[in-house]
Parts: sequence; C-alpha cells; structure tokens
Amino acid sequence: MRVKIPTIHSNHIGLNAMAILEDGTTYRGTGFGYPKTVGGEFVFNTGMIGYAETLTDPSYRGQILCMTYPLIGNYGVPSKSIMDNYGLPKYFESDRIQVSGLIVHELCNGASHRECDKTLDQWLYDERIPGICGIDTRDFTKKIRIKGVMKGALSVSENQINPKDLLDTIKKTKYDGFNFMSQVSVDETTQYGDPSLEPIVLIDTGTKFSIIRNILRLGYRVIRVPWNISFSKIISYKPKGIIISNGPGDPKMCSSTIETVLKLFNSPLPMLGICLGNQIIALAAGGDTYKLKFGHRGQNKGCTEVDTKQTFITSQNHGYGIKSNTLDKTGFRTWYINSDDNTIEGIKHESKPIIAVQFHPEASPGPYDCIHIFESFKDLVEQTESKKKSIHGGKVNGGGKIFQRMKQ
Amino acid sequence: MLPVNGYYIKQIAEKELPDSIMLGFGGQTALNCGVSLHDEGILDKYGIRVLGTRIKSIKVTEDRELFKNAMIKSNVPVLESAPAYDLRKALDVAAKIGYPVIIRVAYTLGGKGGGVAYNEYELQEIVQRGLSLSLVNQVLIERYIGSWKQIEYEMMRDNSGNSIAVCNMENVLGMRVHTGDNIVIAPSQTINNEEYHRLRSAAIRAIEYCGIIGECNIQFGLDPLSESYCAIEINARLSRSSALASKATGYPLAYMAAKMGLGYTLTELINSITKVTTACFEPSLDYVVLKMPRWDFRKFELVNRRIGTSMKSVGEVMAIGRTFEEVLQKAIRMTDTGKLGLIGNEENAKEELELIEQKLLYPSDEILFDVVNAMRLGVSISRISKLSSIDSWFLIKIKNILDLYDKLHEVDVSDISENLMRDVKKYGFSDLQIGKCLGLKEISARKLRQKLGINPVVKQVDTLAAEWPAKTNYLYLTYGGNKDDIAFKKQKNSVMVLGAGPYRIGSSVEFDWGTVNMVWGLKNNGIKSVSVINCNPETVSTDYDISDRLYFEELSLERILDIYEKEHPIGIVTCVGGQTANNLVPKLGQLKVRIIGTDSVHTDMAEDREKFSRLLDTLNIKQPPWNKFTNLDGAKTFSQNVGFPVLVRPSYVLSGAAMKVIWNEEQLEGYINQASQISPEHPIVISKFFQDSSEVEVDAVCNGNDVIIGALIEHIDNAGIHSGDAMMCIPPWRLNRQTMNTIVDYSNMIARKLEVKGPLNIQYLVKDDEVYVIEANIRASRTTPFVSKIVGINLISLAAKAIIKGNLPSRLNEPWLKVSGFGIKVPQFSFMQLDGSDIVLGVEMQSTGEVACHGNSFYDALSKGYEAAGYNLPLSGSALITIGGQKNKEKMLSLISLINSMNFKILATEHTAEFIKNNVTANVEEVYKISEPIRKPNISDLLYDKKIDFIINIPSTSTIEKYVGMLDDEYQIRRKAVEMGIPVLTTVESAISFIHCLEWRNKNKPSINPLPKYNIQ
Repeated sequence: MRVKIPTIHSNHIGLNAMAILEDGTTYRGTGFGYPKTVGGEFVFNTGMIGYAETLTDPSYRGQILCMTYPLIGNYGVPSKSIMDNYGLPKYFESDRIQVSGLIVHELCNGASHRECDKTLDQWLYDERIPGICGIDTRDFTKKIRIKGVMKGALSVSENQINPKDLLDTIKKTKYDGFNFMSQVSVDETTQYGDPSLEPIVLIDTGTKFSIIRNILRLGYRVIRVPWNISFSKIISYKPKGIIISNGPGDPKMCSSTIETVLKLFNSPLPMLGICLGNQIIALAAGGDTYKLKFGHRGQNKGCTEVDTKQTFITSQNHGYGIKSNTLDKTGFRTWYINSDDNTIEGIKHESKPIIAVQFHPEASPGPYDCIHIFESFKDLVEQTESKKKSIHGGKVNGGGKIFQRMKQ
Repeated sequence: MLPVNGYYIKQIAEKELPDSIMLGFGGQTALNCGVSLHDEGILDKYGIRVLGTRIKSIKVTEDRELFKNAMIKSNVPVLESAPAYDLRKALDVAAKIGYPVIIRVAYTLGGKGGGVAYNEYELQEIVQRGLSLSLVNQVLIERYIGSWKQIEYEMMRDNSGNSIAVCNMENVLGMRVHTGDNIVIAPSQTINNEEYHRLRSAAIRAIEYCGIIGECNIQFGLDPLSESYCAIEINARLSRSSALASKATGYPLAYMAAKMGLGYTLTELINSITKVTTACFEPSLDYVVLKMPRWDFRKFELVNRRIGTSMKSVGEVMAIGRTFEEVLQKAIRMTDTGKLGLIGNEENAKEELELIEQKLLYPSDEILFDVVNAMRLGVSISRISKLSSIDSWFLIKIKNILDLYDKLHEVDVSDISENLMRDVKKYGFSDLQIGKCLGLKEISARKLRQKLGINPVVKQVDTLAAEWPAKTNYLYLTYGGNKDDIAFKKQKNSVMVLGAGPYRIGSSVEFDWGTVNMVWGLKNNGIKSVSVINCNPETVSTDYDISDRLYFEELSLERILDIYEKEHPIGIVTCVGGQTANNLVPKLGQLKVRIIGTDSVHTDMAEDREKFSRLLDTLNIKQPPWNKFTNLDGAKTFSQNVGFPVLVRPSYVLSGAAMKVIWNEEQLEGYINQASQISPEHPIVISKFFQDSSEVEVDAVCNGNDVIIGALIEHIDNAGIHSGDAMMCIPPWRLNRQTMNTIVDYSNMIARKLEVKGPLNIQYLVKDDEVYVIEANIRASRTTPFVSKIVGINLISLAAKAIIKGNLPSRLNEPWLKVSGFGIKVPQFSFMQLDGSDIVLGVEMQSTGEVACHGNSFYDALSKGYEAAGYNLPLSGSALITIGGQKNKEKMLSLISLINSMNFKILATEHTAEFIKNNVTANVEEVYKISEPIRKPNISDLLYDKKIDFIINIPSTSTIEKYVGMLDDEYQIRRKAVEMGIPVLTTVESAISFIHCLEWRNKNKPSINPLPKYNIQ
C-alpha cells in the first residue's frame, strides 16, 4: 500500500511582531505561533537542520533563539507519539519547546514530510511560544557577534506593538545569575530501561533525551535523578557510573550539584560530564568558568583531541566555558579544544576515571561523529568493574588503553 | 597541449621524469588515464607516486561490483544489482530483479550510454550500446528507484582520517534525473535531521572504507516513504558537483584536496574566507543556492528532449538568495534562454491535461514550466508530486510564485503598496517581469520600485553564517534582508567586469579565460578594485580570490544597474563576456552607464547589420550581398538575383528555427511559411551563400588607432560549417600572400573606423582570391585564447592595456607567421549524449567544446587534435564509404584511391560501390542499408560487431536533404556510428584531412613539446 506524504499549510502566521534588543535595536516582522510577549537572552544557532530537536533542547531555557539558516519549518513537526526503540519520543529532546521565542528569516508556509504531523507555527501555537519571521537574521546575528549576547524581548500581537512595553519586559527578564534548574530538571527520580541491567545515574541538569538514549544503547539502565540530589541517595542506587547532563544557564548556579560531584570524586565511580556537566565537573575540581561573548551554537564545530590531533565535527550549544588556565593543580587536563578559538571542549582526569566534554556527543541535532565518547565512558565503567573484581580475586589487571575510541 | 591519454602521458613521463601524479583534478578523463597508466605498469616503471586517492581506491569506486562489496562492508545499503558482460546475462539479471531496471555502464562519464529499461526490448538496445562504450565491457543492471529523493554529499578526508561533509545537496527532480541535468539545491530542504545525519554518517563510513584522500562526491537515494536509503555512487575526484559545492559554500574544495594530496591534514589548514578559523569544519549557509542546468536542444533537429539518466545539459548556472522562490526565478533567468522567470513568459498554446500529465511523468528541459501549466489547469500538488516525483515542498514554493503573480496582476499600478512590492521582489521577480505583469516598461517598473524604497542588499558568502567575520568579498544580492554586509565608498579607481554566464553551445570556457585575464590585466594596469559579475559555478572567474569583489549574480540589466549604483565604478568592461555581455551594451549606453573599452555607439555599429554594411561600403570592402525582407516575394526576387544557395536567418526565432542554407525557391517558401514569422517587425535576413569558399578569422587588439593582429586563422572546413564547429589552423596553410595582405589591411581599416578599444574578431570569406567580410565582433572571441596560446601573445592582457592606458607595444610584425609549426583547433561534439541528434554539421553551431594541439607540421598538429577530441586514428581495417551525389563522388576519387592504397578494406553502399568499382578499384565489398536488415552483410551488424573502423558518409548537399526530409538511412548510419564510438566524416574537406592524417601517422610519430610561455603580455 502506498503511504501518503502529508502536506500541511500554515495557519498561525501573519500577526504583528517585533523584537527588541537590550541596546534598543528594533526588528519588525511577521508574527507566528502564539501571540504574546516574552523576554530572554537573544542567541543564534548556525545549524541548518533539526529545529524540532533544537527547540526542545533544555539548554535553551530562558533564551530567544535566532536561526541563521533562512528557511525553517520545511519538513514540519513530527508527532510526539513516534517513539524510538527505547520508548522515547524519536524526534524530540524533551517533552516541550524550551526556547522562549523563535526568530527566523522565513517560516515556510507549507510543510511536507512522511513524518509531518503539524506545521512549526502550529506547534509553537500549541505550546504557547511566539515567533517572528521576515527579519534580516544575518544582520541580527552580526549584531550579536559584534556586541555579544544580550537580553531582549519578542512580541507577537494582533494589535500595534509598543516598543516601550518590550523594553519593560527586558528589564524584568533575568538570565545571568538565574537558576533554571527547577524548570528543566526532573522532580523525582525516573528510571529507564530493563531493571535487570546495570544502572547508570544521570544527574539531570536539563538533560536531552538523546543522552538517555545513548546510555540505554550502551546496555545500561538509566536512573535519572534531580539536579539537587544528595550524594548518599546516588550511592544508594549502586550505580556503575555517573553522567552529568547538559543544561541551561550559568553553571555556578548549580551549587548543590557541584557539591555532590565533589563528593563523587572521592568514590571510584566513573563519571562523564556533558556540556553543563563538563562545567560542573571543572567547578567541583576547583577550576573556573566564564561566559563566552556569544557562545557556540551550531553543528559544524571542529574539536581537536589534544593527544591525537584528530579533529571531529561536533554539535554545540553553550554560552559558558571553562577558563583555560584554571585547571592547574585540579588533577584535570584539557582533552579536547575548539579548533577555531582554542577554547576548552573537553577535560579528563589524570588518574581518575572522569571525563567530560563541552560539545554534544549525543548529537541530535547534528553529526554523530563523537558518539564514541559514550563508548569511552563505557570502557571506564568496565575497567573500573574489572579492577574491582581483580582486586577481590587477587589478580592483577593487565591494563589497557583507557580511551579507546570507537567509531560507529 | 596534448591529448590526455596513456600514450601521450607516457611520453611526457619519459621526458619530464616527475615523481608524483595527481589524478583527481581532470575529471573522468584524467581518472581513466591514471588507471590505464597504472595498469600498463607505466607508473611503476617511472617510479611515479599517485598523490591523493590511490589507484586501488579509485578502482573500488569505479567498478560496480567492487563498489557494492565495499558499501556492504561499510554497512551502507546498496540497491539490488548485478553486473553483466553480455546481453544474455543482462536479460537474466533483469528478470531476477524485475523491471524497470537501470543500466549503468562501467568506466564512462556523465552516465554516458546508460538508461532505464521497462522491458526486454529496451534492455537489449541499451545493453548493446553500453557494452561497447564501457572501457571494460561491463554494464550493471540495477533496481530502478525513480521516485526516491537524490541527496549528495561533498566529502573531504585527509591522511589522518579526519572527515568532513562540506556540502549536502538535494536534487529537486529526485532520482529520476541525472544530477548533471537536475535542478540542485544546497543545502537539502526536505529531509529532517535524522535523515541528513544518517546519510552523512554513511558517507563517512563509506569513504573511510574506500580510502579516499582528498575530495569525493557520494550520491544517495532516499525513499520518501520509508526509512530506506542506499548509496548510488562515489566519484573519487573533483567533479562538476564539487565545483558547485565550492561555489555554494565558499569552501575551496580543489585547493584543499590538492593540499590533502600533498599530505596536509585538514586541521593544519585554515578557512580561506575567515583566515583565522580551521579548515576542518562544515560550512553553515545562511542562504540557499540553486543550480539550474542549461540545455541547448534547440540547436539540434530530431533530438529527444527528455531528461533522465544520461546527462544532456551543456552548462549550468547557480543562484544565491534567501528564499527558494528567489533563487528559482533568478536561476531561470541566469540560464539566458529568454525566460523572464518562472512565470510571465510567452504563453504556449493551452495543452490537454493528459499531455501535461504525460510531461510530468517523463520530464524534459521544460519540466518547471510543465509544472506551472499543470497548476494552471488545477492539478493538485499531491498529484503533481506523485507524477513528477518532485517533493511537495518545492511545489508549494512554486505555487507561492504563481499566487503572488496573480495577486500582482489584479492590482492597479497606482495601488501597489510597499509591502506587496517587497514581497514580489523577495520571491525573485525581476523588474522586467513585474513590468510585464503591470504593463510597464522595465525601467518604469524599476523606478516605481525604487520610489517605494525597495532595493536589494548585498550579502557575503562567509562559510560560517556570520559567526566569524569574512576577509573576502564573495557577494550576492537579495531582497531577503535590510542591510548591506559591506560598506560602499565612492572609489575613483574601480572597474566592473561582466562575465559570460552559463556555458552553452557557442560560449564556453574561452570567455571565462578572457574574463580572468581581463581582471589580471586591469590590476596590472593600476586599477585598484576590480569587481566581477558572473553566475556560472564552473568558472574560474567566480573564484572569490580572482577579483577584489565577486558578485555571483545575474548578468541582467537590472542587476548590473543595482551593482553599478552601489559600486560607482569608473566604468564597466563588457568585451570579455561574450555575446551575453555584448548584447547589454546598447541598453547600458542608453542609461548613460559608462562602458570602458569600445563605446556603445561603435559596438552597435558593428552589431547592427545595416550600419555595419554602410561602414564597409565607405571603406570599399566587399561583403556577400544581403538584404532584409518582410515578405516572400521580395525574398524570392533577391534570391533569384544573387542565385541559390542563400543563407537565411530569421530575426525572430520560433522554436527550432534558426539559420539555414536554402537551395531553391520551393525550399525558401517552405522555410518562410513554416519556420519563421515574417513581418515588418520580424524581418528575415537573406545573404548569398558562397559554395567552395574558405573562411578566415582575425583576432586583434586595438587602442583606437594602433592595431595588433594576433593571428589570421584559416578554417580547414569550407564555409558553411559554423565557425564554432570548424577545424581551424594557425598560421594559414593555403592562403596566398596577397590574400593575407588584403585581410590585414581590411582588419586595420575596420578596427580604426570602429574606434575599437580592446579586443575584436573579424570573420572573412575567401572565394576565388576575393575577400569578403562576414561579420565583426567588438569583443573577445571564441578563438582569443587559442590565438594567444599558439602565438605566445596574451591578447587580453594587451586589451586591458589598450582600454586603460591606451598605449600598445610598438607594432608586432605578423606574429602568426613566426609560429614554429602549426596550431590546430578541433571541435568536440556531444552527439552521443543527445539521443536522436544528427551529426551532420551546418551553419548552426553544435559542438559543445573544443581542443587544440600544437605540432611541428600540419598533420602532426591535426592528428593530435583528432585524438584529443576523442577520435580513434585507425591505421588499418575497414572503411565504410557512402557518398551522395555525383559531384561529391568525383571530388572523392583520389581520396578513395589513397584509402585503397593504405590497405583499408573498402565497404560501400550500392551506388558508391558501383562508382568505386568503375573508377578506382574492384576491391570493394558492397554492404546493405540499415533499413534493409534482411540483406547481408548489413551495416547495422557490421557496426555492432565493430567491423568498421571509420565512416565517410557525405550527404549529397549537406543541408538540402536534411531539410526536405531526412534520408533516414544515412541518419541511421551516422547515429549508430556515434553510439558505437566510430569516427564519421560528413564533408569532403573533413574526409580529406582525416585520411591524410592517417597516412601521415602511418609513417610518423607525433611530437611532444611543451607550449612556450607568453612572450608578450
């Protein structure tokens, strides 16, 4: 039987819309999605594909996102009911849109794809998120690049929009120094995967579903715990390893996670930090973090592994980074660097089984070229286990290469 | 300048003793050549190392079976398929897979010889042809997936295994149409993140397994209805697609691939646009790019215009913009086929629904307009998508353009709002198109738009979507934005140069050579900022490091004015962009745009037939008698007075009708009635056609007073063959001193009278030692690079000097006579790719390329020229001779004796055989026509069995039969021969030169010498 490919036209587009930056720069355009006024930090992403994954990435909490690619919405939005092999929504990274607002050059007025369930504007409408289109997104991006990220407001309305109202909204908007954890982390521990499998604890500071997918892919079950969980609670799950997820905002806001991680350093548990998790590990170890001028958001960033000089194309979404000279005496050293600006893209401990990356090995959106980071973590888990066994059995482990890269 | 094949490369290797060779930069020709050098042991013998992708890897990507195994091993799906070395096996395989199947030919280029078979009959036809074309006698039979999406990735990989996907591209017409003939968009538009990266990861696995080092292209089929996909092929070399991807992204693939070949890693190299970030990244586009092919089917009678699995286009354009609608309409105009955009063109007669649906199912070069017609007839998007396999997303966008056009059409000019005008411009409508819709002239529409405050903005292509500042000026114009990326200051010392647009029949890489050399010439003569406007991604002039500013844009009046108004240059150079640029001169002149070089008044004087004619009269220079006619009677009387044959050209061309040689009154009537619309607005021009005359061309440079003649070039064929299709020679080899003097004198007189500043080309006819002028082109010509290279004088460098400084080197005395040996240019035809086209040459140009070789003697140069153009030069075997008309037979008498004496077995059809028996030799075998398949020996069988080495097939008067109803049998012979790769000579002169060439090669070896450097720039 021939499957029909749905073609759907846009409904929620055509209202007045305005975006204003903190410095007063104003962009007028056409509104789409839900009519309302929102404030947030204005950022841009240079990825050309994957808006469903991008918009549901919890790291965007509190931000209004500008897509530099000019045509958005082409293949529509798939149904949330489409699940992957692990029972997670296949095309989404969390259960809702995380950005506060969306800025695009052109919202496609029609969408067509085998998996298309609704148009992008409909999805935004349903989730009460405003969007603006018809503006010079390249000019917008250059502004952010030159002046750095700043707060702003976006309004979609049937009526004339008063710029003053937007400036008021900006004043009320908080980003730096704001703790988003309660908005993105789970309230209670949640488990995924076959209960008979060995557990990995995932500290949820705003995790993407794809991190869960990858832990399951490695053959473990996932115990997803709140960001402010206690050390003793984690240990009570008898995990084989710990993963600290990505997430939004300034890592220094996650003080209770940092404390927990510091305690975990003294356990033999292998650890993997991703994005915000990377920064949390650095802070726990005594390093420092800082805010980048306009962040790294895209799917085309080269990252070089310091030891091998091998470069990988990575997916990135972060506004903060580890200060490069603050790792001395922490026991950690640089693992990956950004090939464009030499910022730190990954760290690992000299002796302990702890690794962390600033980029997104789980991809989604973006390239899967660094998926092997999960395999590296699995190696650490297995080696730690076999060491334990060999100690118990009185045998000496022959050792082996810890960071064996595995490519799919 | 030598043919690129194993024989010659081996000799060069012996002479030059290189230690390495790169095979990935000369297309399929170089790749095949490299493989054969390796297989013959030549690379090993001389210790030559292959840089970049190794031979073993090349073989994996070229051999279907090896490729399939490699893909399976790298966990990349491939289609069910099997190779066949003969017809019987092919039939078995197809039966197993199930029809339809696609037949691919191993080791050929451009999908040459392949095809889709829906039944055994078609399979037989394609397989037979394919086996003969394959260098390894192999075809692959494969499941046909015409309704799938066709997605491509341009990949780079270095020695250390770093891999990146520089660009992904989607073919709008899906798998059904060869990517070379497809409308291609970058990046892909209709696939989601999961699909994009599933294919990208597969590409990385595949190239890693194959061991690619440098650049390659990988094509995938993707089922729109399921999660299935498959790898189609890998091109382990720089290709047309890589050129496109380089221009689409700003990532210089060939340059980087050369560096990879030398052993650099991607990480060691920097992004050549930002100059600070790494080259190991994947470009992010903040615009869309669309490639549109340029077809030239109109030049060919009988040609099948359907597009499919083998490539038929001759060139392409690329449009950059910020919406699909904008790039689609820009690209349509860029092809320079007279279309204003997707809509607003000359309306065709209304077609039946059934016919339109048929056209959607079997696309031709007009597919986009068929889609428009279908929409106009109310066919739904889903139905169009189902029939055409074009994804609905593209159709929604096409519909957007139609809807907006209708909206504009309904509005009164005085009511047009700023918003509507902005929307219209954002969808890529041109001022001319808007004017046509509103009943305004182009310039009035432009003024209306500017009054509404709507102007395009200039944006940069920067590889990183504005994340890092660009250090280069690779620019495009768009209405999808409010701010220019770069600042415009009034510069005293800047010049704009117009390029030549898409490659097409009659305008190819020679004009790109001219554009690039002009840019360099202007810089050498003190011009500070040179901007280039061009839209052809295959060219060097559109490399962003050639000029100070590159505008990858339309060569239209509107766009040139847009840029001119922003740039404020001291003037525009129009003389290197071929006829496209030249045609703009009068309009630019009227608008007071400053042309630097020959002014618009004098350019027009050469272009306008009547003005030029008067000029020749005042100079006392002869030209073939001609006149303009607005009715049949006048045309008849004139033709009778000057005597048939006459050359007829309509000033207004309906589809298919073009220049023709007319042999009698009846034919003239037929031509006028059928082919051209004759009226006071659209007169036809008739001139006397001289038979048995020769043509001579002159390429020169003038500064308004001093004239430097680069060369006199003599055609080897007689007049009547279009100058673009003629073989030609420097220095002249038959002209006498007096004739040469006359031509030199005439050229000086004409150049001075036209106050030419820059290059010019004049075409002459020589009949019984009388010299006639055919035409003068006040611009660089097709032969400018040929002359420059053979004579050792860069005419464009001199032209730049003439334009800017005015002074030229003191007179060079007849440099063409000081050439040692001969330089010969030979046209390259693509009849094979054009199903059904006839190869008989005429006054309309049909060749799609050219080659030129230098030799110590005339036949030394000519034989190399033939080989470079792909002819085999058989030294023994069988010759098929079939000559129409007594006069031609007599002319060929001595040549047939020569063929006989050279130990060729002579085969001939009935009348020719009888003539040969009576006049030359009894040693001739009579063979039967293709139309009489029962009678043996039949030409058809002999062709398929490769028992014929070359064919002399001369129609009685080359054009008459073509016109009054083609002699189908002769056509069949020529057609089959082309398909089997056997040389066919269709004129007396070409047969004479070919046979003498064979005779020369029997006794001599071709020379191997490098071309000397320019001694004058």
